[in-house]
Amino acid sequence: MRESIIMKIHYGTALAAVALVAVHVLMRLTQSFAESLEYENVIANYQFLPYAGMLEIILILLSVHGFNGLRVILLELKQGRVYEKAVSYGCVAAMIGLIAYGSRTIIMVNMGIV
Amino acid sequence: MTQVPSIAEEQLSTSLSSSKSVTLRIARFNPEHENERKFMEFTIPYEKWTTVLEAILEVKKHFDHSVAVRYSCRQATCGSCGMIINGKPRLACFTKISELDSDIVTVEPMNNFPIIRDLAVRFERLFDTHHKIKPYLIRDDSEITSNEKEFLQSPEELEQYIQFSNCIKCGLCNSACPTMATDSSFVGPQALAQAYRYVADSRDKGKDSRLKVIDDSHGIWRCHFAGSCSQVCPKGVDPAMGIQFLRGYLLGFRS
Repeated sequence: MRESIIMKIHYGTALAAVALVAVHVLMRLTQSFAESLEYENVIANYQFLPYAGMLEIILILLSVHGFNGLRVILLELKQGRVYEKAVSYGCVAAMIGLIAYGSRTIIMVNMGIV
Repeated sequence: MTQVPSIAEEQLSTSLSSSKSVTLRIARFNPEHENERKFMEFTIPYEKWTTVLEAILEVKKHFDHSVAVRYSCRQATCGSCGMIINGKPRLACFTKISELDSDIVTVEPMNNFPIIRDLAVRFERLFDTHHKIKPYLIRDDSEITSNEKEFLQSPEELEQYIQFSNCIKCGLCNSACPTMATDSSFVGPQALAQAYRYVADSRDKGKDSRLKVIDDSHGIWRCHFAGSCSQVCPKGVDPAMGIQFLRGYLLGFRS
């Protein structure tokens, strides 16, 4: 993939994440901090599908943005064909892993496993 | 550190009537024989108009002819005498000692360039990246073979790139660039500014091929917009601005 496309995704995910995290913070302000962290409330949030969907999107946006940022930093630190390939594929794998782990929590709650 | 106390009177070319003198600290390093850089100090008389290059040449003439320095035109045109003067990349021929406002002038080789010896550095990487961005007009016809007249430009079209054509390839921008310090594959501000110079030229038809070259994992996107390149350019070129304009093309804001 061309670097300009990757960077468009990078900037786009940053802007979208700022907007959605703002909505997320506003949603949390509807109750006290301690209350929002209570087990029942967290489970309820995950079971409310529109909100769970937004959390899933935030997870994807931040993972994509964050791991691309990490890739860029690592590419600037050291160069070399093998190293650069390892960094790029490693960051994609880590990004997929993190998204899968986060999604698993939402899916498990909605399947009644948790 | 070696201190050479005074100038040899019988070989003096700079007038001793000069009321001021400066301590010139020159970085000495030969990578073939030494492991680390050391500094030699020389006391040099100077006048209001004495440049750092002239002071270095005084050292070569009277104290130590083995000091390695690259220079040619002495008028900020050839771009040969770039070096770090009191911590900042500058042209030695374009920097007057009196303007530095310091009793000690330290000269070191440019950062981000492999050192040949002392103040002389290798320019291969700069010239390679410059060549890579195709620094010439790309189009099928030419002014020589075509029946058309010369490729005319309006003053407004010329204004788009004229400052970037002042680049003398001295390498000071690359020396000041923080990304160049860590990313050995980075294209660098000099080449990127030149890429913009040709992309913005209304006579050029090679925009796509040039943008393809710089749209790489070590290309234009690795610029952090520190702006150091623009600060140190002795010819008033603003590579940081050119880089932002080029990004505009790649992001679709410019066409």
